[in-house]
Amino acid sequence: MSTVDLVQIEGLHFARGSHAVLDGVSLRVPRGSIVSVMGASGGGKTTLLNLVAGRLHPDSGRVLVDRLDPATIARQDLYRLRQRMGMLFQHSALFTDLTVFENVAFPLRRHFRLPESLVRKLVLMKLEAVGLRGAAGLTPAELSGGMSRRVALARAVVMDPHLILYDEPFTGLDPISIGIIATLVRRLNDALGASSIVVSHDVHETFAIADYGYILAGGKIIAEGTPDELRASGSPLAQQFLSGRPDGPVPFHYPSAEGFAAAMGIHTGSRENQHP
Amino acid sequence: MKEDFLIPSIGRTIRETVPRIGMATRFLAGSLTAPIRRDFSFRQWLRQVFGLGVLSLALMVVAAFFTGMVLGFQGYYALVRFGATSALGTLIALSLLRELGPVLTALLFAGRAGSALTAEIGSMKATEQLDAMEMMAVNPLAWVVAPRLWGGIFAVPILCVIFDLVGIFGGYLVSVPILGVDGGTFWAQMQANVSFHGDIVNGLIKAVCFGLVVTWIATWQGFSAHPTAEGVGSATTRSVVMASLTVLGLDFILTALLF
Repeated sequence: MSTVDLVQIEGLHFARGSHAVLDGVSLRVPRGSIVSVMGASGGGKTTLLNLVAGRLHPDSGRVLVDRLDPATIARQDLYRLRQRMGMLFQHSALFTDLTVFENVAFPLRRHFRLPESLVRKLVLMKLEAVGLRGAAGLTPAELSGGMSRRVALARAVVMDPHLILYDEPFTGLDPISIGIIATLVRRLNDALGASSIVVSHDVHETFAIADYGYILAGGKIIAEGTPDELRASGSPLAQQFLSGRPDGPVPFHYPSAEGFAAAMGIHTGSRENQHP
Repeated sequence: MKEDFLIPSIGRTIRETVPRIGMATRFLAGSLTAPIRRDFSFRQWLRQVFGLGVLSLALMVVAAFFTGMVLGFQGYYALVRFGATSALGTLIALSLLRELGPVLTALLFAGRAGSALTAEIGSMKATEQLDAMEMMAVNPLAWVVAPRLWGGIFAVPILCVIFDLVGIFGGYLVSVPILGVDGGTFWAQMQANVSFHGDIVNGLIKAVCFGLVVTWIATWQGFSAHPTAEGVGSATTRSVVMASLTVLGLDFILTALLF
């Protein structure tokens, strides 16, 4: 049982109109590991998370989470599956009309009839884990960006999920908050015995915590491996992404601007490289 | 040339509108049936009846008071020509109970509470709160929309009753102390000519229908808003415009049916 991967994705295709967002993506998340999916903004990373969560249905291919296909199971079963998943949203998505405590308690209250003392214990335990026990009485408006992200993380793990999905967990945070979130992602994953998918474009932070990584570009997986293997990858596209070079296989100039760039006397060498 | 442009554009509009109507209807059905399912919260519903009611109450009272007073003046102006000022109480009561009460309540409710509902749900969507709920296996239709929809269905008739009562009081203040109509006649004529089933219940049926329609439009516009600040803004405007026009159109249909 435990040898079976928690998430298996095979030949996933997903298009919006005529634009193929994901074009034959296959990946797997072994139990207990943190798998990162990296790629440029708009590269289909969040779409991939939504497909894993059953919020979108693939055009072809298959997603299996705990051996269940979120796209084909009944809504009730999907909801049961989601009770075993946690998701950290890019903008935290805290309920603005509830306090920090009530935000974290929300899934517990909605799904179980627990005595108030137990709810209190569970919520404070998770808030303690993210270092915000003292902020239980605050409202989301009183929190900084980093604190909001930590509260959202406490809420995402309050049901002790098997799978935690992180959508750009480091975006828009200061370096200290990034360090805290990265440490928490690793620590919570190990403490809960969960598996995690971290979707991000922050290479350094993601490599520090991931067991395995995939790089997504143009809807395809262009490189995969452990962080060290990825760093040593021979793919020019992967190298451009990992080193953050502005020009390379992904051109600096938007293709339709060719005439304009030439008229302005801008050298467009990258495109010449692309079309030798 | 004109046909080349016109026919495809009609086709495109129909192709865009029909699925939207379908989605809005499924949305309504999903929210209306929520109370028979396990995930509906009656506490949330009560909070909404209270919240939506209080939100519009002051506005209703002021609007009703002035409407009643104007009805007193205008009714007197018409009736005095026929020496029928004794019927002024009846005129004011029937105008309010059958027509002005439900319609004005619904219009004011759409402007005050309806717009707030759209903005609230639209903002929840724009800040991913509805998505977060879905991911926590909580159905936003049951938790967010249904209590508000049922809240509107109950709040509008209650507000309508308050509107009618305050309106009649305003009409009385103008008719009796100012215009000198006999107070006893004012109330006696009203009591004799207003029918509970024919007038009061009909007015309340209208109010329930308007409550449903206004809250449906408001919640749907919020739920289907484009998740940006601009999207929420335009959804709020659309919510008020659509709800107001729908109330006026529906009023004609209901009046014809209940006449």
